[in-house]
Parts: sequence; structure tokens; C-alpha cells
Amino acid sequence: MKYHYYPGCSLEGTALEYDRSTRAVLAALGVELAEIEDWTCCGASAAEATSGLLALVLPARNLALAERQDALMDVLVPCSACYLNLRTVLEKTRLDSALTARINAVLSEEQLHLLGRLQVRHLLDVLAVNLGPEAIGPKVVRPLTGLRIAPYYGCQCLRPYAGFDDPELPVSMEPLIRATGAEVFPWTMGGRCCGASHMSTQREVGLALVAGILEAACGADAIVTVCPMCQMNLEAFQGPAGRAVDKDLHISILYLPQLIGTAMGLAAEEVGLTCNLAVSGEWESRARAAVT
Amino acid sequence: MNAPTGHPATTASPQAVDELEPVREMIRSCIQCGTCTGSCPNAFAMDLTPRQLWQHLLLGRREAVFHSRTFTLCSACYFCTLRCPRGLHLTEAMHTLKQAAARERLTRYRPVTAFFRHFMESVRRHGRVNELEFMTLYFAEMKNPLLPLRYSGLGMRLVARGKLPLRWPLHRKRPLEALFRKAAELEEGR
Repeated sequence: MKYHYYPGCSLEGTALEYDRSTRAVLAALGVELAEIEDWTCCGASAAEATSGLLALVLPARNLALAERQDALMDVLVPCSACYLNLRTVLEKTRLDSALTARINAVLSEEQLHLLGRLQVRHLLDVLAVNLGPEAIGPKVVRPLTGLRIAPYYGCQCLRPYAGFDDPELPVSMEPLIRATGAEVFPWTMGGRCCGASHMSTQREVGLALVAGILEAACGADAIVTVCPMCQMNLEAFQGPAGRAVDKDLHISILYLPQLIGTAMGLAAEEVGLTCNLAVSGEWESRARAAVT
Repeated sequence: MNAPTGHPATTASPQAVDELEPVREMIRSCIQCGTCTGSCPNAFAMDLTPRQLWQHLLLGRREAVFHSRTFTLCSACYFCTLRCPRGLHLTEAMHTLKQAAARERLTRYRPVTAFFRHFMESVRRHGRVNELEFMTLYFAEMKNPLLPLRYSGLGMRLVARGKLPLRWPLHRKRPLEALFRKAAELEEGR
């Protein structure tokens, strides 16, 4: 199993533990990643707020690069916002040759050309559909017994393109969590919005959305995420979100591959657990425990 | 186009009407059912609900649209797009309104549009976003001495974990310059 790998800007900075744990877990599961050479920003949520054409050209550039390197290999993306931006280009150009020509007119400045024949896959899609508990279960040497994990999917890996999961009530993480030996914390907030960039541009609104999610997770031992934006919003603002609703909302927030990697016996450093903003000592000691 | 109704805010210039035409086209078959409003996680903070915003748009009330914060409060969760019984691309319509506000440099939206504009400027300069540079430029434009303080605690935590290199990007390579220029050229000429 081999994929083009598009890490995206966050995974080089604020989400470097997502990059580290994704690479470590996929390597341990026998998946090979070929990072797209010379990749650039997908436009995040900024391009779509400033230029409709750039919002398509920026992700298209990365797909064209991937196709030039290997036209038959699919692209694996851990960040949900990058995933949606890349996937949107494929969905929009598939039946619109005029739009494809317009995008290619811009890409020709760099002697690039989008064919649009490869697939864009979210990390969760590959973990749940191509690997699944049957691949992960046998590798678990440090079962996370007794821990209750709340799966948080966020928005853009689920919507608007319903693919590998139910876009309203997602479940794809549940078998993966059970495979680590942990329990799934029952809640209905998995597909709700974390507020995305509201935390920067309209702080009060962002805090209200985050407080709602953290409140619903009271009683869980951790929330797991599959997106750097969700992760940052849930882990970095627990203090102010708690003050807004007058409750203690502190809880560990981990990326899904950090959870899986810990259960698979990877060291805390290998899955980047020392980089998280909100992990209790419990997690670090679990990650340092001897493997069985 | 729709004739102006009795609403006081309908005195739009012909050019301004054109500005909203692409968005109006996207939502033309809206039946005002309100599924979007009921699905929106941010509706509680909006001055107009999404359904009301579409109604103003359909009636050509430009000033009502551009006095509202509603489209800036769209966090792109895509619930409305998923559930719209008419299959309208409502999230995309919200994006198109954000683009119009950014293009016109409407002052009331500056706190939001400046954030995205500086983000894009950083991408234009370096190909990948440089968080330190773009937030510094954003703070400089906002001229609010208290704003950086909101982020200082988080900034220190990120630096301590090696996630925010305190390095000002100095290299002069501008890998996306040609694409940005060409895209702007095509968009202005549409």
C-alpha cells in the first residue's frame, strides 16, 4: 500500500505531532508514503474567503505535482481542511471542462497540468476502510483498557462529500478505538463544528462552540481528533471555554494516530505525545508503560 | 433582475448589483424553508439568520446583506449544504459573499478580511503559511494593542513545544507569485 502524502502547512508547525504520529503508525502498518515534492499551501480557509479561482488553483497545483510524480497513486491527507480543498478540485472539475481549462490556464504558468484522475483520501478513510481493526488489532501490545475515548470527527472530512462515513452521525472511528482496547465514549457531538477560524476572528462564538463540545465530553478520558484545526480549538482554549460556562472543561485531546500508535507500543516521542497542549500525565505514563 | 421592493436599503448602484449576481444565481431556487438556519451552529450569533440573508439577496437588498455579519460567521461546517432540500451550495454562497466583502475592502468586515488577506499574503510570499509572520502583519493592521495579548499565552506554549519557530522568513523565493498574478488577471477579466 503506497500513497502520495500531502502533509499541509499545519503539520509542519502547530500540528507536527499529527505528522509524526501519522508517519509512525502508517509505517508500522506497512503503508508507504511518498511526500509530494515541492508541495505548497492548499489555501486553507483563507483562499475561499478571498478568491474563488485561487481557492481551486492552490490545491490543484499540489494534485498536478502528485500526478506528475505518479499519476496512478492516490493522495493521503491527514488535515481535514486540506483534504476538502484538494477533493473539491476533483469534484468540481470532473464534469466541468471549462473550469478545468481555467485552472489549467493558471497552472500553465508553472508548466503544470491537472488531469484529475487520482483520488484524494483522508487519513481516517484509509485507517478505517483500507486498514481497519483487522490490521491494527494484532499489533496492539499496550491495550488501552479502561479508557473511554470520545471520537471527534469535525466537519470537513465528513461534509459536504459523504464518502467513507455517515455525514451526520459518523461512526468510522469506533472500531479503531475498540481495536486499541479502549471503550468508545457515547456522545452525539462527533460531527459538530469546532468553530474553525472563529477562534481567531470572532473569539466569543468560537468559545461557545468549543465549550459545548468539551462539556459533552465530561466523563471521557480523552477526545481524539483527525484535524489540526479541531485539535487546536479543543486543546488550546479549555481555560477560557470553561470560564465562559463556569465549569472545569479540562480533558486530554489526542490525534487519532497518537492513540493508535500508543496502543501499538510506539514510544511517546515517536507519536509526539510531548508536543500536545492538553494531555494528562496518565497518557504519558501509559505511553511509557512496558509493552506486553 | 429583481426589481427593488419597498425596503429602504435597495438603492444599489448597477455595479454593486453585478457584485451580488453570481451569489443570487447560486441560491435562485431557495424555497425559504429554513433548513439552513436550523442546521447552522453559528445561527445563535448572527444578526440575520441564513434564511433571512438569502431572502435579502433574492430581493436585491444589497445594503441589508452588507450590513450583516452573518456570512462572516459561516465556519464552513457544510451542514446547510448537506441538508438543503434544493441541493443549493449554500456554504459556497457564503464564501462568495466573503470574497465580495474582501474585494470591496468594506471597513466593517476588516477584522475578518484582514486575517484572511494576511494569511494569503504569507502564502504568496513563501508558498506555505508562516504563522509568525502572518499574525504579526495582522496585529499591525488591526492596531489594537490588546489583541496580541490574547494570543501571547498560546504563543508561548507553542514555542515551548517547538511548534512555532521564532524565525522571520528571510528567503526571497516567491514560488507562487506567477499563479497568484495569473489568477488575479483571469478573475478581473471575467
